Amino acid sequence: MSWHNTPITLMAKALAAKEVSSTELTQYFLDRIEAGKRWNAYLDVNTHLSLEQANKADKLISVGKAGKLTGIPLAHKDVFVTRGWKSTAASKILAGYQSPFDATVVSNLGIPDESNPHGAGMVCLGKTNMDEFAMGSSNENSAYGPVLNPWNIEHVAGGSSGGSAAAVAAGLAPIATGTDTGGSIRQPAAFCGLTGIKPTYGRVSRYGMIAYASSLDQAGPMGKSAEDCALLLSAMSSHDPRDSTSLADSGEDYGRYLNQAWQENNSNAAKPLEGLRVGLPKEFFAEGLAGDVAKSVNEAAKALENLGAKLVEVSLPKTKLSIPVYYVLAPAEASSNLSRFDGVRYGLRASEYKDLGDMYQKSRTAGFGAEVKRRILIGTYVLCHGYYDAYYLQAQKIRRIIAADFQAAFKECDLILGPVAPDVAWRLGEKSKDPVQMYLEDIYTLSTNLAGLPAMSVPCGFNAKNLPIGMQLIGNYFSEARLLQVAHQYQQASDWHLRQASGVA
Amino acid sequence: MKLDDVQRIAHLSRLELSQAEAEALLPQLQAVFSLVEEMQAVDTSGLEPLAHPILFLRELAQPLRVDQVTESDHRSENMQSAPAQQEGYFLVPRVIE
Repeated sequence: MSWHNTPITLMAKALAAKEVSSTELTQYFLDRIEAGKRWNAYLDVNTHLSLEQANKADKLISVGKAGKLTGIPLAHKDVFVTRGWKSTAASKILAGYQSPFDATVVSNLGIPDESNPHGAGMVCLGKTNMDEFAMGSSNENSAYGPVLNPWNIEHVAGGSSGGSAAAVAAGLAPIATGTDTGGSIRQPAAFCGLTGIKPTYGRVSRYGMIAYASSLDQAGPMGKSAEDCALLLSAMSSHDPRDSTSLADSGEDYGRYLNQAWQENNSNAAKPLEGLRVGLPKEFFAEGLAGDVAKSVNEAAKALENLGAKLVEVSLPKTKLSIPVYYVLAPAEASSNLSRFDGVRYGLRASEYKDLGDMYQKSRTAGFGAEVKRRILIGTYVLCHGYYDAYYLQAQKIRRIIAADFQAAFKECDLILGPVAPDVAWRLGEKSKDPVQMYLEDIYTLSTNLAGLPAMSVPCGFNAKNLPIGMQLIGNYFSEARLLQVAHQYQQASDWHLRQASGVA
Repeated sequence: MKLDDVQRIAHLSRLELSQAEAEALLPQLQAVFSLVEEMQAVDTSGLEPLAHPILFLRELAQPLRVDQVTESDHRSENMQSAPAQQEGYFLVPRVIE
């Protein structure tokens, strides 16, 4: 049985029917991880711990205490702290770090016990590679080497959740968690041919998620279909009293609309999306978008139209400005968040120093990579007295305009469709020398983080070199279940999400 | 932004930069800030800064937890990643002579 091609929805059925045990599934993926090291998708694997969890899951199944996800293995992005597995955020400054607690996402999905009675019972396969502290769009900023794209190992896997994307695309995990501060779930999902969703800000707890930019960071699932993502998101999302920005009304069945028509009274099975208005922002199809990406996304729009949706043109006039706004606000928050790394309580401490101040400075200098340092410097500068109003406050004011522009667009349409990224996965090293060139690649994903809106990435084609192309669906606040419904309906009528990377056996 | 600014913000960030590193960073940071300058053309008079996305949609009812002790003593777990410690305390270089 090739379990790596099996949706987790079917895996759950096989587990419930005792056709396979969690231990067998876990061993199957651990063997594939061992054989699939060339992609550099994982930073820490602990066979003993994974099999111990699988054994507990099997016991729950045997006594009839299993939930929908009990016994299904998954991979966690290394930005989530975990007991047992090392938690490094792909930084040297956290090399070998052992967290004394689990992130809320990890415990929500993990094996239930006395202190965690509601755990979904999933088995952790290990921690996936990423850009250091989630800062990057190609995974080349990992202190532990870049992730290679399973579709073509000369190309990047995308970032920052590149390890999670490559792990699922290469069949080294059936599904994975990711985080998205400016596109870090959606862009690697698009580059590796996966489905991923960044929910509304506040839906998923940030407790135990190593912070990059706290007003933008949000976690979500990365998998092979909208259906799989809906199942995982339903278990990830909860109100968490330990995160002050966690929404009180989080936690719902995000899969409840999957197999329904957009309009309740619609019985025309050929046109399930009748009544749906899909907005195409003209700024997302302007100069800078690669021709083959534009073609695939337009074909996807046509496919939605064939399913009954109506296409309308909308405008998000400040799309280009989302880049400077994001690259002021995110580094500002990062410079503050990363001040905790000082070599005193955890993490790397420099071996030689003259006094306390020197110890801070030498530890941070030795521990942080080049991009992290660049963003700390940018953030420190924009928060300096004299520049604060012109940069930081001005960016926050434009952030309000960007959020308002989306609300104006949502008067004309129910959801927005565009590309995830201007191009497919680029070659390793192609953009890593020029930080600004890399920042420009984030143009279509940043604005939803600034506004706090949910958005997803759905496979919609390939370019001439057989590299995956993703379309982006953006919804209004709290509309995740509707986004997943539209993506699922599209995936019932297309097979892009079922394609396998050629180098993956 | 000038070379002096790079060294000044590096110091504020508690990062050390050699002269060569600062010189290499300067054009990169200048390129970022020329992008950032595009924000200045936007008229934002009368607009309130937006610090948190959900504040845009509705007043977030920040739930307050009950004021009671929920955590037990985790000292040994919390100390396990300490670079240096003594008798259950984090050890740092002498601060007061």
